[in-house]
Amino acid sequence: MSPPPAPVELRPVRPVGPLVIAIEGVTKLYQMGEETIHALRGVSLEIRRNEYLAIMGPSGSGKSTLMNMLGCLDTPTAGRYEFNGQDVAGMVDDELAEIRNKEIGFVFQTFNLLPRSNALRNVELPLIYGGVPAHERHERARQALIDVGLGNRIHHKPNELSGGQRQRVAVARALVNRPSIILADEPTGNLDSKTGVEILALFDDLYEKGNTLIVVTHEETVARHARRIIRLHDGLIESDAPAH
Amino acid sequence: MNRILYELNESIRIAMAQIRANKMRSALTALGVIIGIVAVTLMGTAITGIDTGFDRSLAMLGDDVLYVNKWPWTGAEDWWNYANRPFLRQEDAVKLNRIIASSPDSQLEFAVFGDGRMASIKANGNSVNGVYTLATGAAYGRILTADFTEGRLFNESEDESARQVIVLGYDVAQALFPGRSSLGATVTVRGQPFQVVGVLARQGSFLGLFSFDNQMVMPLGAYRKYFGVRDDNTEIRVKVKDKTRLDEAREELTGYMRRVRGQFPGERDNFSINGGALFKEKLDPIKKAIALAGLFVTGLSLFVGAIGIMNITFVSVRERTREIGTRKALGARRFTILLQFLIEAVSICVLGGVMGLGLTYLLFEGVKAAMPSFPIEFSLILVAVSMAVSVLTGILSGFVPAWGASRLDPVVALRYE
Repeated sequence: MSPPPAPVELRPVRPVGPLVIAIEGVTKLYQMGEETIHALRGVSLEIRRNEYLAIMGPSGSGKSTLMNMLGCLDTPTAGRYEFNGQDVAGMVDDELAEIRNKEIGFVFQTFNLLPRSNALRNVELPLIYGGVPAHERHERARQALIDVGLGNRIHHKPNELSGGQRQRVAVARALVNRPSIILADEPTGNLDSKTGVEILALFDDLYEKGNTLIVVTHEETVARHARRIIRLHDGLIESDAPAH
Repeated sequence: MNRILYELNESIRIAMAQIRANKMRSALTALGVIIGIVAVTLMGTAITGIDTGFDRSLAMLGDDVLYVNKWPWTGAEDWWNYANRPFLRQEDAVKLNRIIASSPDSQLEFAVFGDGRMASIKANGNSVNGVYTLATGAAYGRILTADFTEGRLFNESEDESARQVIVLGYDVAQALFPGRSSLGATVTVRGQPFQVVGVLARQGSFLGLFSFDNQMVMPLGAYRKYFGVRDDNTEIRVKVKDKTRLDEAREELTGYMRRVRGQFPGERDNFSINGGALFKEKLDPIKKAIALAGLFVTGLSLFVGAIGIMNITFVSVRERTREIGTRKALGARRFTILLQFLIEAVSICVLGGVMGLGLTYLLFEGVKAAMPSFPIEFSLILVAVSMAVSVLTGILSGFVPAWGASRLDPVVALRYE
């Protein structure tokens, strides 16, 4: 008996918009004691608005380094990186912070919420750093929480929320500044499978609403939600293909 | 810029939450600052207390009066040089007044002789022991700085005719005639009847040592009849025309006294000229010593406190490395992180400062309750200085760890376990 063919999902691919990220020939070297580690050996990549991208690869493939680069947490040793037409490669710390604040929404594997602040306060944080006045900040943070389905948990602290709810707060925090990209690092890594599915459904929803998502993961089931999968190996792009 | 305001607000909120979450740790860390602030305030108060106490006492002595005595007030190291000096006599004062009268440009106005001793006083079935009895002339009225609650000083004719009249200090009058007027009453001193002509208003005590309210004043002639002539407490008070030219007046008085005493040039003065302002100069080294000792104690405890705060800020940065990474990922700039940890350090210091001030306040209230005449004052300047010192300590001790936190690489910080 042959197994029944897997049901083919009909997933619409939305039309992509203008170029957001353009990376060309990017390398990254780390000095580990005597040894020099080539984390990235020359990566070129273009990401457009309203793409849903998964970055995959085994540990040591340069996946995390590429993610840090895309998130403007780190700058390349050599190569070109343009974000919305701005040259990121030559930026200093505070300029990078500005880009991260305005253009990038982070979702971490471990949620990284401030434990002593309630959900609203956590979501407001990027707006504080962005200099948004209090009443507008408050309103936008509240709306972001409603958008991720936490309208009734606004004043709860992280330890009063479930794992899935915490990750939703983190997603709301990533969304609140209306960033160009949302960068998620193993967003379901600390969640049980049911909650993980819920978060991925939320991502699908965000994609449908026109957001640009980049998910870094080692799980095929997570990557399958994306429309485009980039596989890294040994600091180089092994494949870059549509997910279906 | 608004952003800095929002970040400042956020930093203060975070610092407060941090302190609330680590109450014990924060309190223990603040201990050094608490001790430092108590030391600062106590030192400051001791010095201003001495100053105001002295000024108050000086006013009782009269700040435009010089005293001629056998002994200097400020202590004589070579006692035997003074012991053989002649006592001051009434004739000296008479001669002095004659010289002053014949010198139209003199800085001095007049001299009045005084004598005095401890005595008991009885009246109305009450008696008070150990009252200082000042015997002097009617001119004393022009030197006296205190007001009268009732009556007046004896006049010229009462003085010259040695009438048995008396002026009572406030406490003496209160003890003899509690709650009622003593004017016109007869009191008994040395078994003799004296008529009360005046009562002095409350003055307080001189540096908490000698009470001006526990005295009585009578004409010299009357005093001599019953107390005899024993010159060991005699003095001459000289009123000065211009109290801003006290040094000049003192020079002049020294010259006149040498003439009165018929001293030869080159001979050492056989009298001492005293006065409140001169006394005050002698107090300066004491004030300096208190300040120096206080500064040392304060500096030491603040130093220890600052190291404690630096340490706790290092710990706090270490504990919250991941949080710093997250904040940086969300767009916190270096300055934002620096500000956050600086404010945390400053908050602990200010907390310590407030607690130190509170402690000082309680201490002051305790001292005031125990010794009402002790001159201490809890002032606004004290609060301002303490707060300034606290904030400064916080900034100095928090800067190095906060600087380190602000320079953290977000990639490394986010990965920190």
